[in-house]
Amino acid sequence: MKDLPVKGEVTLQDVTEFLWHEADLLDRRDYDTWLALWAEGGFYVIPVDKESEDFANLLNIAYDNATMREMRVRRFQQGFSISSAPPADSVRTVSRFVIEEQDSDTVRVRAAQHVVEDKFGRQRTFAANVTWVLQVTDEGLMIRDKIVRLLNSDGMLTSISYLF
Amino acid sequence: MSLDEFPSGPQTDTLMKGDRVATPMYEDPALFDAEMEKIFGKCWVWVGHESEVPGKGNFKLSWVGTQPVIISRDRKGDLHVLVNRCRHRAATVCEIKKGKTSSFQCPYHGWGYGLDGSLRAIPYTEGYSTDFDKANYGLKKLKVETFEGMIFASFNMDVEPLEEFLGNAKPWIKLFMKQGGGFPIKVLGEHQFKVPMNWKIQLENTTDAYHFPIVHKSFMQSLDGEATAQFSFLDNGDGWVEDLGNGHSVMVMMPELNDLDEGLDRPIPERFQDLAETLRKDYDEDQVKRIVRAVGGCGFNLNLFPNAACSLSFFRILRPVSVAETEIRHMALGMDGGPEAANQMRMRLHEHFQGPMGFGSPDDAEVWERVQRGSAGGADIDVMVNRGLGLEDTSENGLPKGDVSAETGMRAAYKMWKKVMEQ
Repeated sequence: MKDLPVKGEVTLQDVTEFLWHEADLLDRRDYDTWLALWAEGGFYVIPVDKESEDFANLLNIAYDNATMREMRVRRFQQGFSISSAPPADSVRTVSRFVIEEQDSDTVRVRAAQHVVEDKFGRQRTFAANVTWVLQVTDEGLMIRDKIVRLLNSDGMLTSISYLF
Repeated sequence: MSLDEFPSGPQTDTLMKGDRVATPMYEDPALFDAEMEKIFGKCWVWVGHESEVPGKGNFKLSWVGTQPVIISRDRKGDLHVLVNRCRHRAATVCEIKKGKTSSFQCPYHGWGYGLDGSLRAIPYTEGYSTDFDKANYGLKKLKVETFEGMIFASFNMDVEPLEEFLGNAKPWIKLFMKQGGGFPIKVLGEHQFKVPMNWKIQLENTTDAYHFPIVHKSFMQSLDGEATAQFSFLDNGDGWVEDLGNGHSVMVMMPELNDLDEGLDRPIPERFQDLAETLRKDYDEDQVKRIVRAVGGCGFNLNLFPNAACSLSFFRILRPVSVAETEIRHMALGMDGGPEAANQMRMRLHEHFQGPMGFGSPDDAEVWERVQRGSAGGADIDVMVNRGLGLEDTSENGLPKGDVSAETGMRAAYKMWKKVMEQ
């Protein structure tokens, strides 16, 4: 059996394996497994304003607590949303991992992410700086917060039918 | 292609036939160029809201059709809308989206302009002869007027007064602004996304209730029972859509939410109970009811020809980019100086439906794109906007009024389109 990350001594290898697993789940749209990666109480945020941390008092592209994440996933899965039935196909790479800080319970990681989507024979790309606050639990790493700062978050975007 | 190819202007009778429009309306690049000249180059066009330029020296970049403009407020507090183009060799004089300044300076040769667009300073003036008069080289100015905080501009200096153009839409704008709940309306933020579609597909959609239960089924499923009932306006049967003249129309989906100052004695809906409880710490019960009712927003979409809508609780602004590309802005509104909890809820409700990842907008964007893709086929087939014809009444304004799902608002917009294109 694989060794679990050690509290306070989480390695780059640990976070890389975990976040690549998450990226793989999202590209395969295995959203139920993805929801289970989340610890309680955190937010999945795609801000409009890349500079601010005060997400609650600003308009975001997504600002999801557990209830909203669950509803978002159900919307994708139920087949009534024309934009996500079928959704665009996506292929993403996550790299340039940096562990910013860690204490005994959490690790803060940042990374670069590129996503290419394909639908209607046209491809679109998104680049983002992503920050995760990961929780170190007895069962392994879990996501407490995920903040996706799209390079053009305050510019002209296109509609998005999957998760970053 | 150029305008010369329309010897006597676009053949509007073959394009707009009253109950239907011809496919080139979405597809013809020459027609798009004519629209930019005759509609966006001459009519009143919505450019911004006063809360985006609240103080002296504030500015915000915007557009009038395909032309970049700056909205600025000078030291006297007067608003200006200026073409963002140096009079010397055409470089933009500002590329900061929003901010505060005392002047705009061209980065190329340093020409400096005041907040009112006047040319103030030129480096190395000795290179110009004495008959060069700076007074003739200010930034190109548009005519500017405001109504209820909304800023409109026009390239046509002889355009009718704004209030005359808004006409029957004015009382609805006043009702819409009641969602400040006693506070001034403020833009809290905006979602922006572009869609590969002609701009008129968006113009039609704001007055299209017919699509709501189909396209937005997944949004409906994410609401509680009370909200679902409210959004089932196609089944409720008490809504309507009416032509307001000059291309404007209003689609009333939830008549009980037309006037937010009325019905304050109704029970607070379940989904607003937590908010009400928070507000009770700082406000008396009458204010709590008023603020909570305002947070929920209005019950109608007001479509303002050619590019703006006061839609339920937000501004929906369209910008034509090319014949098959349109940019959309969904601007969230809140209460300037109002309770933080109320503004937070306004933003959460906005995020739920609107924007690139909302539970509603991506499905809208998908069907709009499908309209553009489909109209590449069957150039001889018309686009039908006849729903409700033969079933309409006459409104108090003496104009057509149909049931909520009627395409009365689209016909109103296309009537104005034809009138303006023939001028």
